[in-house]
Amino acid sequence: MDFDFSDDQKFLRDEARKFLEAQCDSGVVRKVLDNDNVHHSDELWTQIKEMGWLGTAIPGEYGGLGLGMLELCVIAEELGRVLAPVPFGSSIYFFAEGLKAFGSDAQKQEFLPKVADGSIVGCVGASEGPGPITAVSIKCEFDGSQVTGSKIPVTDGGIATHALLLVKEGSGTSLVIADLSADGVTSETLKTVEPTRDHAQLTFSAAPGERLGEAGQGIEMYQAILDRAAILLAFEQLGGASRAQEMAIEYAKERHAFGRPIGGNQAIKHKLADMYVKNEVARSNAYYGAWALSTDAAELPEAAAAARIAASEAFWFASKENTQTHGGMGFTWEVDCHLFYRRAKLLAVQAGAPAVWKEKLVRALEMKNAA
Amino acid sequence: MNFEDTPEEAEFRAEARAFLKKHLDPAENDRDARYQPDFIERAKKWQKTKAEGGFAQITWPKQFGGRGGTPIQQVIWNQEESKFNAPTYPFAIGLGMCLPTVIAFGSDEHKKRYVPPALTGEEIWCQLFSEPAAGSDVAGLKTKAVRDGDEWVINGQKVWTTGAHISDYGIVLTRTDPDVPKHKGLTMFIIDMKDPGVEVRPIHQASGGSEFNEVYFTDVRIPDSDRLGEPGQGWKVALVTLMNERLAVGGSAGPDWREIMNYAREAGTMSDAAFRSKLADWYVAAQGYKLTKFRTQTALSKGETPGPESSIGKVITANQMQDICNSAMEMQDHYGLISDCEKAPMEAAFQEGWLWAPGMRIAGGTDEILKNIIAERVLGLPQDVRVDKDKPFSRMG
Ligand SMILES: Cc1cc2nc3c(=O)[nH]c(=O)nc-3n(C[C@H](O)[C@H](O)[C@H](O)COP(=O)(O)OP(=O)(O)OC[C@H]3O[C@@H](n4cnc5c(N)ncnc54)[C@H](O)[C@@H]3O)c2cc1C
Repeated sequence: MDFDFSDDQKFLRDEARKFLEAQCDSGVVRKVLDNDNVHHSDELWTQIKEMGWLGTAIPGEYGGLGLGMLELCVIAEELGRVLAPVPFGSSIYFFAEGLKAFGSDAQKQEFLPKVADGSIVGCVGASEGPGPITAVSIKCEFDGSQVTGSKIPVTDGGIATHALLLVKEGSGTSLVIADLSADGVTSETLKTVEPTRDHAQLTFSAAPGERLGEAGQGIEMYQAILDRAAILLAFEQLGGASRAQEMAIEYAKERHAFGRPIGGNQAIKHKLADMYVKNEVARSNAYYGAWALSTDAAELPEAAAAARIAASEAFWFASKENTQTHGGMGFTWEVDCHLFYRRAKLLAVQAGAPAVWKEKLVRALEMKNAA
Repeated sequence: MNFEDTPEEAEFRAEARAFLKKHLDPAENDRDARYQPDFIERAKKWQKTKAEGGFAQITWPKQFGGRGGTPIQQVIWNQEESKFNAPTYPFAIGLGMCLPTVIAFGSDEHKKRYVPPALTGEEIWCQLFSEPAAGSDVAGLKTKAVRDGDEWVINGQKVWTTGAHISDYGIVLTRTDPDVPKHKGLTMFIIDMKDPGVEVRPIHQASGGSEFNEVYFTDVRIPDSDRLGEPGQGWKVALVTLMNERLAVGGSAGPDWREIMNYAREAGTMSDAAFRSKLADWYVAAQGYKLTKFRTQTALSKGETPGPESSIGKVITANQMQDICNSAMEMQDHYGLISDCEKAPMEAAFQEGWLWAPGMRIAGGTDEILKNIIAERVLGLPQDVRVDKDKPFSRMG
């Protein structure tokens, strides 16, 4: 039994943490928050490119570092801790992983080296309106060479150069790669509850696109990409939840009311104990997801669903109860609690809300335990 | 990252499995076994076989009849043994809590006298800590021990003593000095449960069975040589027992997500959306606890000290078991009341679990106390206000 990261991976984690604590304090996040015209931290993004992190799990033959998925999980957790305001997840967990899974060799040759060096930024467009994504909810249409329709919201859509789109093709669905600088593509910035990450509505009017994978297999491929992305997102969520827990504990020890630290009251203590339990449940499920991801295990779908459900619950609970523990201060713009509250929501709905994953999980359990 | 045993672990697991297969039939030890009259005999027999095979208390030194093995071997043994529904229940408290205390604080004579027959199942032990007025706050206990020459005279009452009615010995925590603060005036002894001054009265549990007892002491004389630790050091001794308790509790017996899913399929209620959502939550929490134990196991396998994460165990399992059983009964609607195992679905497993769950949430530290422990010892939050901490026990109301 070796259900832990290796010493090398832990070393990578420590280095990443040191780097991000120095380069991405909440001031960096707030620069994006407080400026309506800025949607990510270009400085941090440039540094991340220089560190080579974008190529962590991209094979050497396609310009990456060729480390593995476990290393990527490690980095994801650290990015989550500091709420890094960069399109890392969109470009790597969705776009690059999508290409790795379903791209032709030519497509991989064309795009992956540029994703790895950061000269292109990918994103994923699936949602078109309120409610979960299904084969019938997709109206954005592909005719074999051109895309027409609209995607809203697209996380990092305004700063990405390329998008992976879930589209309708004939009576089925397909995946399409679109160059967002092409004619016929317009982007409009959206106001969201999470302004430290970019969100856009992308509209396509007969814009050029090329198919990824087989026609008619769009929703199936999209689900497979989600299963992998869900685990990486779970690590970001875990990082955020851990940091929110630390903040709550620190404050509970130092803030005094009625002549003693508020953390001496059981209503606070038990809340923080619950937070600890949820975070440990999330951590263990995320580790299992990491194992499934790194070995392409048959258990991947249920491991992904469990990781995602646990991490979404943990980050939601930690972020809202961290605010509660901070009292009035927690409800001010200046204190960081709301940054976690906002990011927790983005990460919980970005790849399908928890209810969708609970249903997926139960279906997987039914299949697995079929008589 | 992998879930495979190291070659040495795999070898040990194979050895353990072969031994279990040879001696136990999983079908024989059914769920209700512990209520059957011949159960204790079967349990004793199994304990003896296990000891002879070198699988009883794997981490204990060989000189005490243990295997001198590693913590990871104990984990592997537990995993394998649990697949066989082995009848280990009567020895859990003795071997899990009492004897480790004897080993830590007893004399060489104690170890020679008490450890081997406990290991071979000839003698059963119980833990006599809780009293009517001292459970969570067990240091507030009143049972008195007064020194008389080379002996101590014990008077008082214990309660909730699991297995006292089948026990040969116990460890008993007593007050020997009422004029100092409560934690400082306690002393621990080994007590002979067959002493005429010990009266055991079974308590009829809310769940229907009678596994725990009231125990009354009337002028019970204990030789000073059966003291564990110094007079006044009983709390320190008790903490060792309780630490072992926390290691032992957690793996819960009772219906889990699998059972309720199987039942829902049988009953045709699998399509209910609210149920599906709850099922996912149960799975995620159970899986979270199981995998957390794998993290602990990993640390042990590498020879490291595990982190505090296994403390989440009983908080998760006891509540979840209660919730699952309750949901299953509500699924059965009016019929869910029936606890006759001939008539109720799944041989009334949910009804039994439902009746037992409230006890699980209390035994070995209540939910509230366990959360206090996580908050104070793991997260480092301030201790609760303890108004009686520095006052002599005799001057507390
Ligand atoms: C099935 C079973 C088996 C047991 N076996 C044994 C045994 O073998 N040997 C033995 O010695 N004991 C045994 N016990 C006793 C058990 O350890 C106690 O019942 C338990 O510690 C609670 O103590 P109490 O019953 O006095 O409840 P109390 O301590 O009176 O608690 C009542 C309520 O108050 C809450 N409470 C108490 N203090 C605090 C606090 N500081 N903060 C917040 N809430 C608090 C509790 O959580 C609980 O909800 C057993 C109990 C059960 C149910």
